[in-house]
Amino acid sequence: MDAATVSRKLKEYICRELICKADYPLQEDEPLITGGFIDSFSLAQIGVFIETEFGVYIPDVDLTVQKMDTLRQMTARVLEG
Amino acid sequence: MRLAAEYDNLIQPVIARAAAQPDLLTLVFIEENGEKEFIRAAQFHTQSLAYARALQSIGIAPGDLVVLVLQHCRELLYAFWGAMYLGAVPSIFPFLTEKLDPAIYMQRVHDLIAQEGVRAVITFPGFKDELRALLADVGCQVLATNDTSVDLVSGNFVVSQPDGERIAFLQHSSGTTGLQKGVALSHRAVLNQIDAYSEAIQLGAQDVIVSWLPLYHDMGLIASLVMPVVAGVPVVWMSPFHWTRSPKILMRAIHEHRGTLCWLPNFAYNHCVRAISKRDLEGLRLDSLRMVINCSEPCRAESHAMFLERFAPYGFREEALATCYAMAENTFAVTQSQPGVAPHVDWVSTDALQRARQAVPAPPASAGSTAMVSCGTPISGCEVAIADDHGNRLPERHVGEVILRSNSMLTEYYHRPDITAQALRDGWYFTGDMGYIADGHLYIAGRKKDLIIVGGKNIYPQDLEAIANNIPGIHPGRAVAFGVFDERVGSEAVVMVCELADGHSGEDEHREIERLLRLRVVQQSEITLSDVRLVGRKWLIKTSSGKISRAANREKYLAEFQPHA
Repeated sequence: MDAATVSRKLKEYICRELICKADYPLQEDEPLITGGFIDSFSLAQIGVFIETEFGVYIPDVDLTVQKMDTLRQMTARVLEG
Repeated sequence: MRLAAEYDNLIQPVIARAAAQPDLLTLVFIEENGEKEFIRAAQFHTQSLAYARALQSIGIAPGDLVVLVLQHCRELLYAFWGAMYLGAVPSIFPFLTEKLDPAIYMQRVHDLIAQEGVRAVITFPGFKDELRALLADVGCQVLATNDTSVDLVSGNFVVSQPDGERIAFLQHSSGTTGLQKGVALSHRAVLNQIDAYSEAIQLGAQDVIVSWLPLYHDMGLIASLVMPVVAGVPVVWMSPFHWTRSPKILMRAIHEHRGTLCWLPNFAYNHCVRAISKRDLEGLRLDSLRMVINCSEPCRAESHAMFLERFAPYGFREEALATCYAMAENTFAVTQSQPGVAPHVDWVSTDALQRARQAVPAPPASAGSTAMVSCGTPISGCEVAIADDHGNRLPERHVGEVILRSNSMLTEYYHRPDITAQALRDGWYFTGDMGYIADGHLYIAGRKKDLIIVGGKNIYPQDLEAIANNIPGIHPGRAVAFGVFDERVGSEAVVMVCELADGHSGEDEHREIERLLRLRVVQQSEITLSDVRLVGRKWLIKTSSGKISRAANREKYLAEFQPHA
């Protein structure tokens, strides 16, 4: 799967399910957790979503605010597999 | 357990156990990388003693306040007990996280320490110099965790033996407003609580407590540190930050250590269901659990049902569902449901509850009925009543303010006689929670104050509104914050509605205002706003006295922005 597709799917999920504003124009480098858009609990759900949607298991050491604060970071981590 | 009859303070039982059963397991500490340390009674005692000695060596005396600014670690537990060994009064302060603005956090630490006359702070070596510089003007010393040494323990250090009326420790609530009141608890009050609560949950030597709870909150501090250590019951401990990101670690720990007891705020039931995958649960057994106790935010039947459905295939039993109503001002528990019996659900008329403030029985699971989950009955030594606005007692099934008196209540809000007098009247503590009693069971039905509870954490809306007042583009004094229950999360979501200042009409401009508001709120309070609405002038409803009404604006918000909620 290419970066654009992963990013689009992640963005759709985050805006619809976590920010609860489907039309929110989320930017690639917008800080989600440290910016106050989603909380740390959402990280756990993003982990489950990534596993279900892309078949990629994110270990706890990578599922951190520091490493998963933006759409760009998340997309890159998914593509790492 | 009859600790209060046998001991004067929280120190004696721990020392007695270290001598009589030095190898008794006290704590299992699980690191983020999965490594475990097993800490036994003698080791816990020795390590705590090292902190007592280190504090004494810098001139800390019995009665002095000691604040612990430490992340989740063993040192936090030793430092807490070590301060008590000296007769000093410890209090745990939340640690700086990546979300908070460091400057604001440091200012808060400084203000709390200055206000309460704290004599020493214990922190990590890497934080010592910064704190020392910060606190130079308030006469507070800073001790790092590496300033202690168990080698110092030999010699003639005499452990303090405070009488039961002396203050054992302080508990602070969260938020700027919450920090202004430290709940001061005496040794006697805490011993009474441990006796009564361990009886209510039938705590015994066969129990294993499993916890991810933070210790700056009463549920974590009392249920997963003070009670088990004093009663000699092992507790398996993991980091709250790790659990938040990866709730499966709780289930794994329950499985591996055959956990029997676990306390969770209501949202945690939903979080476990939503954020643990099937793969994470493969091979796990949860049948050792005899009570999972819902505590510190309103208990929801829906959260219990989804938890049961999800974890029953792994051995979790319905009768292990339990509830508790607790608060720091009563040390911890006020009521508790019966062990081995799922909490009673009282179906009442929604309309009568909202309009007449009465709990009128109604047909179960039908339109117009609301499921109220019992918080159980008062623990021994504790009396609960319901009062109207004038403090008069209300009969059964009438909703009013929950008031209580007990032998485990706070001595005072530390150095705050004004708010102590407001909350304590004729020996009764006025909780600010609304509820009713039916057949001896307590049911909670909201709050008198505008407090928002998110994930078990108290949020004062005035703190958030004050932040909005300083955001360019928002009309100063024209912002309101309130909680709206979020079924999916199982807790309250925080919403802010703010009126725009004149001349800010573009969509991009609105987005920037919202971004800045969210950023400032998370940096100053760690709260993630679930919804922000920027509205035109005169949108917000004021009361007859000219104040912005949180309740009326909440109703207007629901009608206008969430009509189907």
